[in-house]
Amino acid sequence: MRKKKLTAGELLFQIMIYTLFGLFTLSCIYPFYYLFINTISSNDLSAAGYIKFYPRQIHFDNYSKVLRISGLGHAATVSVYRTVVGTLLTVGSSAFLGYLFTKKEMWGRSIWYRSVVVTMYFSAGLIPWYITMHNLHLTNNYLAYILPTIITPFNIILVKTFVEAIPPSLEESASMDGAGYMRVFWSIIVPLTTPILATITIFSAVNQWNSFIDTAFLMTETKYFTLQFLLWRYLNESSSLAALIRNSPDMAASVANMQTPTSVRMTVTMIVVLPILIVYPFFQRFFVKGIMIGAVKG
Amino acid sequence: MGVPAGELLPSVDPVHRSRWKMKNKHKLFFMAFPFLVVTFIFYYLPISGWIYAFYDFIPGIPLSDTPYVGLKWFKTIVSNPTQTAEVLRVLKNTLAMSSLGLITSIFPVIFAIMLTEIKSGWYRKLVQTLTTIPNFISWILVYALAFSLFSVDNGVITHILVQLGVVDEGYNFLASSSNIWVTMIVWYWWKSLGWGAILYLAAIAGIDQELYEAVEVDGASRFRKIWHITIPGLIPTFFVLLLLSIGNLVNNGMEQYFAFQNAMNKDSIEVLDLYVYNIAFANNFPFATAVSMLKSVVSVILLFAANTLSKMVRDESII
Repeated sequence: MRKKKLTAGELLFQIMIYTLFGLFTLSCIYPFYYLFINTISSNDLSAAGYIKFYPRQIHFDNYSKVLRISGLGHAATVSVYRTVVGTLLTVGSSAFLGYLFTKKEMWGRSIWYRSVVVTMYFSAGLIPWYITMHNLHLTNNYLAYILPTIITPFNIILVKTFVEAIPPSLEESASMDGAGYMRVFWSIIVPLTTPILATITIFSAVNQWNSFIDTAFLMTETKYFTLQFLLWRYLNESSSLAALIRNSPDMAASVANMQTPTSVRMTVTMIVVLPILIVYPFFQRFFVKGIMIGAVKG
Repeated sequence: MGVPAGELLPSVDPVHRSRWKMKNKHKLFFMAFPFLVVTFIFYYLPISGWIYAFYDFIPGIPLSDTPYVGLKWFKTIVSNPTQTAEVLRVLKNTLAMSSLGLITSIFPVIFAIMLTEIKSGWYRKLVQTLTTIPNFISWILVYALAFSLFSVDNGVITHILVQLGVVDEGYNFLASSSNIWVTMIVWYWWKSLGWGAILYLAAIAGIDQELYEAVEVDGASRFRKIWHITIPGLIPTFFVLLLLSIGNLVNNGMEQYFAFQNAMNKDSIEVLDLYVYNIAFANNFPFATAVSMLKSVVSVILLFAANTLSKMVRDESII
């Protein structure tokens, strides 16, 4: 890089944008950091507001206690289950349907494609949706977490545009060699669309993990509750939280580190957010690339 | 790979190929059929539920046993003064927050332009990585973070602001109704700014570098380059996104407001989607359905208006 002399104005501009971005970046990560240092610090100091920048009297009691709260482990299983199964099915069907929609010879293709895409722009509304789900017996049913996400129009558009950019000769030569649509899909389309499929995987997994409204509406039995839903309840119902703490085993063990409603809330929040924070750095470059491909192709 | 694909093509007999395609016309449809059924069930079937808006439906009693009331529930919106006032209040909240969103939709553009002005590569990457994190957590988690930072008893920010004398002891940010529109938009941008900028960063990366070199020869300053090349390069992307958000003027979604609502701020935070949820929760199913019907109709009209506008202005349709 050649060095040019900066004018005073430009130097000021550089300092300004470095500071602004620094502050905004800090504001984006400090809340997570703050929660973390508070959950591992002495609950007394934390409750008194002493823990602001670094942890003090580090302990992991909060995590071991909160993880033993009845229902939380099960909720975690439900969350993991819906994330894994839901994501696999969403990605699989987005890939397959997106590929099928590139086939001009399909009977009524443009009508079907449009009827899938326009669902991005309208919804019947909450009550009609709820009544439909109820009539289909999808209330208090694990399938309610998985079936509705199978068709996500945006994903299908992404796959379709991506497949259309693949040279058609590849597919044609394979079909001349006797490969059917399924064979072409598995041996040509899937390997070639991996970048976009990876992007969809991340989006869909994050959506599933974060999903919360469907539990709030459709599930009344505790065994269907997800982590997000429990967290929301803990945030809003201080009485239920107090009961949880009272009922949790070996309460008397460490009086110094007595769990407070706040510490339980913070710890549950941390448990819900950790999977995303851990997975995030590995995939960040990937989905940024994926969305950029989508953006450029438009 | 063996034989290159291209060499096989000339030998393909066109008659054979078209017959092959004919044979597969229905086969392809049947392969897509299960997915089309799922689409129908979860997106189109619920529309049949609009019928509930025309009955005095009470949950638990079959529709056949409930009286048909025609447009009664639609009329209450205009004929019942308290109801009208309610709907107007909610509409005001909805439009206020949507308009704030529209006005500030310039933020990601500014973010992207300024970020590309940063010279140090690692700093740019760090900023980009860390500012996209909030996009991937749910609104419930955002609220949980807000709760631990801003709550009256032990929120760290509240503590600091009290010490600085900015607010009184016991000022409750989360339960205050004043400024809630602004607070909501700030949280919204906190969550989505970094992510929203990615599209514009992609657009900036797509701008022909020769343009910059050309004006550099002419002695253009940094600001002139932004003004004459970068901004015009971003305008198409910006307009498409802006027009799409016009279609969503009455659809603010509800997760954010649902997470942040409480008894104290309800009056100013209730947007249409949340309002529908709240009246449905009070078991007024027909009225809730009527309101969401009107909402859907309005957003479809807005979408088509935006589409027509896009055709007129940019000669390009968005749907």
